[in-house]
Amino acid sequence: MKPPPFTYHDPATVSEAIDLLATLDNAKLLAGGQSLMPMLNMRYAQPDHIIDLNRVEGLSYIRENVDGLEIGSMTRQRDLEFSDVVRRICPLLGVAIQFVGHRQTRNRGTFGGSLSHLDSSAEIPTVCAALDAVLQVQGPAGVREIAFKDFPTGYLTTSLAQDEVLLSVRLPAWSPGHGFGFEEFARRHGDFAIVSAAALLEVGPEGQITRASVTLGGIGSAPLRVTPAEDALMGTSGSDENFAAAADLCQAIDAFDDIHAPASYRQHLAAVLTKRSLKVAWTRAKTNQGD
Amino acid sequence: MSRRVLGESAKRLEDPTLLRGRGRFIDDVLIPGMLEAAFVRSPHAHAEIKGIDTQAALEIQGVHAVLTLDDLMPYLQTEFLVVGLPSPSYKQDRNRPALAGREVVHVGEPIAVVIAESRYIAEDAAQLVDVDYDLLPAASDCRDALAEGAPPVHKDANDNLLAEFNMGYGDIDAAFAKATHIFSESIMQHRGGSHSIECRGCVASHDPATDQLTLWVSSQMPHSALRVLVDMLGRDENQMRVVTPDIGGGFGPKLVVYQEDVVVSVAAIKLGRAVKWIEDRREHFITTTQERDQYWEVEIAVDENALILGIRGSILHEHGAYTARGINLPQNSAESLPGPYEVPAFRMNTKLALTNKVPVTPVRGAGHPQAAFTIERLMDRVAREMGLDRTEVRRRNLIPADAMPYSRPLKTRGGLAVVLDSGDYPRSQKETLERAGWEDFPTRQKAARESGRHIGIGIANFVKGTGRGPFEEVTVRVGTSGKVHVYTGGTAIGQGTRTMLAQIVAEQLGGDMENVTVTTGDTAATSLGIGTSNSRLAVTAGTSAHVAAGKVREKVLQIAAHVLDSPVEDLEINNAEVHVKEQPGRIANEKVTLGELAHAMAGTPGYTIPGGMGPGLEATEHVILDSKAFASGTVVAEVEVDIETGGVTILNYVLAHDCGRIINPMLVDGQALGGTAHGIGNALFEWMGYDETGQPLTTNLADYLLVNATEMPRVNLLHHESPSPLNPLGVKGVGECGVVPAPGAIISAVEDALKPFDVHIDRTPISPPQIVALIKQGRARA
Amino acid sequence: MGEKRRVTLEVNGMPYEQDVEVRLTLADFLRHQLRLTGTHIGCEHGVCGACTVLVDGLSVRSCLMLAAQANGSEITTVEGIAPSDNELHPLQEAFRDHHGLQCGFCTPGMLTTLLEFLRDNPSPTERDVREAISGNLCRCTGYQGIVDSALDAAERLRGQDKTTVPDGGHAL
Repeated sequence: MKPPPFTYHDPATVSEAIDLLATLDNAKLLAGGQSLMPMLNMRYAQPDHIIDLNRVEGLSYIRENVDGLEIGSMTRQRDLEFSDVVRRICPLLGVAIQFVGHRQTRNRGTFGGSLSHLDSSAEIPTVCAALDAVLQVQGPAGVREIAFKDFPTGYLTTSLAQDEVLLSVRLPAWSPGHGFGFEEFARRHGDFAIVSAAALLEVGPEGQITRASVTLGGIGSAPLRVTPAEDALMGTSGSDENFAAAADLCQAIDAFDDIHAPASYRQHLAAVLTKRSLKVAWTRAKTNQGD
Repeated sequence: MSRRVLGESAKRLEDPTLLRGRGRFIDDVLIPGMLEAAFVRSPHAHAEIKGIDTQAALEIQGVHAVLTLDDLMPYLQTEFLVVGLPSPSYKQDRNRPALAGREVVHVGEPIAVVIAESRYIAEDAAQLVDVDYDLLPAASDCRDALAEGAPPVHKDANDNLLAEFNMGYGDIDAAFAKATHIFSESIMQHRGGSHSIECRGCVASHDPATDQLTLWVSSQMPHSALRVLVDMLGRDENQMRVVTPDIGGGFGPKLVVYQEDVVVSVAAIKLGRAVKWIEDRREHFITTTQERDQYWEVEIAVDENALILGIRGSILHEHGAYTARGINLPQNSAESLPGPYEVPAFRMNTKLALTNKVPVTPVRGAGHPQAAFTIERLMDRVAREMGLDRTEVRRRNLIPADAMPYSRPLKTRGGLAVVLDSGDYPRSQKETLERAGWEDFPTRQKAARESGRHIGIGIANFVKGTGRGPFEEVTVRVGTSGKVHVYTGGTAIGQGTRTMLAQIVAEQLGGDMENVTVTTGDTAATSLGIGTSNSRLAVTAGTSAHVAAGKVREKVLQIAAHVLDSPVEDLEINNAEVHVKEQPGRIANEKVTLGELAHAMAGTPGYTIPGGMGPGLEATEHVILDSKAFASGTVVAEVEVDIETGGVTILNYVLAHDCGRIINPMLVDGQALGGTAHGIGNALFEWMGYDETGQPLTTNLADYLLVNATEMPRVNLLHHESPSPLNPLGVKGVGECGVVPAPGAIISAVEDALKPFDVHIDRTPISPPQIVALIKQGRARA
Repeated sequence: MGEKRRVTLEVNGMPYEQDVEVRLTLADFLRHQLRLTGTHIGCEHGVCGACTVLVDGLSVRSCLMLAAQANGSEITTVEGIAPSDNELHPLQEAFRDHHGLQCGFCTPGMLTTLLEFLRDNPSPTERDVREAISGNLCRCTGYQGIVDSALDAAERLRGQDKTTVPDGGHAL
């Protein structure tokens, strides 16, 4: 299982990378390699050109800004895992990142690489969906923004143009003291999630939910927000019945079959994990309120 | 006083080299000028080959050759690898061709080989070999394969029944006629592949000066490989050498001789260059033999006291597309169904079905796990139906210790009687239950349920025949260097063969293991050899080593007595020297080294050999051990089932095992633990999936799940030693003990955890989606 | 044959300057071009961990890196763990004492992974150790010997006397 022949490019700047993408046919960007290299080794991907982004300066950073976090696309997952800033401002990411593969995966894998690969059950895209992430991308025509909801266009497919590079992602922060929960079910520690659920809650002074985000990974072709569940939760209190109702709405979503799980099981897990993540988020929110 | 090493947890001799990364595994073998091979393999489960166009592949720079069957035939006496263990039960002979020329019968079957400067280039070229296929219908599920009108796995076949046999004893009809209860079970069992972390591989090198072909191969049975190659290449034994490097795990499938071994050998001769082929993981899924499906239909007849009167039934075993070993796997399954229990009457029919998939041969456990699972499910069934404790039903039926040796009126494949040589099965169960806290589990279970948790406990007993004969060759030789050299036909696959044999031999020859060298798995070092399988080396090689070392010891002492002018009784061997024991009034420093003795016995022209015992200080033994030594034990497993996700966590795992006399406790524990991990995989994780067209679905390690460190519980081990009367050391094998009882105990525990839902599990492995579905069905019934 | 790149790097403290084919993986570069065959290949898709090496002190699956990407790096392979030909590293000694290896094929990856882990986590629990090696597959040992080796090595490296007691039952 050896990679097929390709021409190798390691640009030093984003502009160089864009020029290469714009002029070369059948080119793929190489970031952390944790998704692309297995595909190359198995010859599932046979690009003529590999554009290695690891030498490009200025794409690896974690910045706090007035709205939340900005994360450079080449930031290693490991850096996110050990970042106090992430834990403080975006605790959902702080929890979810620990589920991404194993130590060796996270040492090389990048935030942007995982996001662009857009595996349906991957933690980073799921968190981006949950937080309404905004992507900054650059192409020959300049920089533009893509709201996460406009990013997935199909299974492992995104709305990034062939000649665009993902620069960074803004994660808007939820209000201090918000509740968050991330639950996934995988066959073994470190495996791809079969289904994952991310819940974010803000709770008002009367104990009613004032804001909710419910996201499922491993159900659709990309991580998806379950708006009906979010709408149903608004204004309610964190009771088992309310969470069960939200979970039922999640279970109703069409899921895919694969060798790891039939669709019916994924739907079942969607309900189970939604309930669990909402409960955890609720407990956190209440605890934080008490502070 | 000579140091005693037998029975000690001696540190392994293998370790320093391996820990430094200085082992030499097959891909580390480098011969100057070596080329690398990549195989073109069938992407179809069944097809006719209309043509093979190698032109584009040959044009790639760095490609030296692209060979098909036609290119090989001038070098081959026969197209086919005929390797099946003999049996009167075959209905068809289905042997693998060295390369498929006319028909392919499973995805992964090799059709052509590219030889190039590097594996990278070879793979580039292999992609360009254009094979013209006419697709044929494929038989995928073994049940469908034997149904009326099933597509033939091989084009010219009338049906897909490869073999069928019956075995039994006692009056089965009478047993069932007088039974108080008869219970029947339909059980599906699936095991997967070997997945040694090191895949297969070989390097062939032909020396024109000596006309000798050397094949380095990651093989458990180099002497078998030699015989197959001698037959196929038409070369004699002197023109061939098969030698094993360090082997990164074998687990059964590496004992098979494969097409690649033959093809690479021919390529080396044809091209006049050494050729290397290293299997990659994807190839391991689609070309190395594996286990897969067995369907059991069994009935058990019991009396009013839950005593077994008889068991009868049938096994449908999936064989794959070719015979790569024989019918031994399901034969073991049928033969060992009674396990450690008294079964007065017995009858099993076994059918082997061809399918258009990778050939099936034994993986660690070799059919015994399936038998153990079935009998343990039957025991649980009897207990549930008759309202008895599961352990009580077993206790009543276990063969008691005073019945040993216990003869079962069955014959092994070699026509020998099945005799359980020693063991105390009731004690094993009793102590395991105590260690596991079986008695107060119901209290723990109730408390758990009250806090919304579902825990369960399960038990399985097992017996495992080990040390399959007829022998293993061992030579023990003292060199003039003073070193003691051991040569054996057995192969080291990670189980510590070198350390084990060094311990056995050092015990007799000075106690210094570092003074013992061990050479394994080299046809130039031993003329005969069977190899490694069936947990056989401790018994067979251990025995031959012990006897040979004993003979060498005797000669050493006799000659030393002569040289030191001292009675034999006054001498002892210590650290490569023979010296006179300390005695009052005698200087205790009279000694002679082993090396000096070896010099004396080597012969000097014109001088007589001292001692009158003939020259040399060596002995070669092939102690004949036809009957198997039966290891045994018990597992009690405690699990928690998350009833919402179907996830299973093993909370506690107790394994009692009896492998007779223990040579090295640390190594024995390692074998028990490794086998347990594999068995847990067979219960909860490992599934080699194919679709209905024979396409493999799980071809990487993300889809095919091996147990990792977080899913593996800490195992509580209990050791019992019932020495085997069959060999002088009293040893039995242990390598497969962990894997045999694991699914029985774990599935029993999962079922126990799900008692509130009236779940009955009749399969292994079981997955979370299946558990969730069973709970749902159970709730619906309620 | 194919396009090449010059890489300058250090492996086990030894400097190298080599031309590498651009598609050559780091694992194959170490094994075949530098003849450091201690790093093993088990799957080539980033699951088994046998190929794990340290790149600038961080554990990495060398089958998922191109040799060209290692330009300017400091790499530690299994061959660089023992302090000399006469001594083993305490982690290796612990493996020997606790039967942490059988066939030895996964061992180099286990050692490099644990080297990083124990450096960063000097007082791990059993669960911590199991999670640390959850990305390294072993088919021989059942992991218990490896876990015991790691816990013992942690103690040796901490230079303390007290024995680390492993959890009974499932290490949660």
